[in-house]
Amino acid sequence: MQIQLKFFASLREAVGTSAETLILPAEVKTAGQARDFLRARGGLWAEALADGNALRIALNQQMVDTTAPLSEGCELAFFPPVTGG
Amino acid sequence: MSVRVQTEDFDLSTEVANLREHTPKVGAVVTFVGTVRDLNEGEHVAEMALEHYPGMTEKALEEIVAEAKSRWDLFDALVIHRVGPLKPLEQIVLVAVTSAHRGEAFDACEFIIDFLKTKAPFWKKEQTPTGARWVDARVSDDEAMSKWAPQSR
Repeated sequence: MQIQLKFFASLREAVGTSAETLILPAEVKTAGQARDFLRARGGLWAEALADGNALRIALNQQMVDTTAPLSEGCELAFFPPVTGG
Repeated sequence: MSVRVQTEDFDLSTEVANLREHTPKVGAVVTFVGTVRDLNEGEHVAEMALEHYPGMTEKALEEIVAEAKSRWDLFDALVIHRVGPLKPLEQIVLVAVTSAHRGEAFDACEFIIDFLKTKAPFWKKEQTPTGARWVDARVSDDEAMSKWAPQSR
């Protein structure tokens, strides 16, 4: 499955990119599994996506939790808690 | 009802005039304007930069406004949020709502800004004398939003 990744704010700076097209192996089916898959790259990815970090996930521009199922061509975004207003 | 994300400043009087125009049923207008402070968590802030998630931001704001309209009897609601570099004293955000009576307008305005602070994908980065830093989310913002949970009303 091919998906579009987006990163924002401090997380974007930590991983050094704002967007990426990613091809996932068949066993990666949820938002949380995609996060684990990226973390397995090690180095700054492991650090930026570590379990203790407060991260928010949006799937197709809607906030979701880690159990949200991914689909072909979806847009998956990772970012820190929001601070607007 | 409308939402706008823009780099330009806004004029409160103009926006309120447009919101009330041709709607003589309006008896109450409540607005909130958020501005850039020069001090945050003990450090002087020279400038801040506001980043957002284009596309999702507008959807999130529209959902918040729609939720407010479903909970209160409003005629109209407007949210303007600026992005890009901003300096102390500058305006960041405007929330304006109109209704027949003040109670609905006060509550709806507060609801919209409380939800915006925890649901809309904006992030602030401050320039301080000790370097640039991302603003941390506040627990008090989550608490402010949680008071609007259906069970507490």
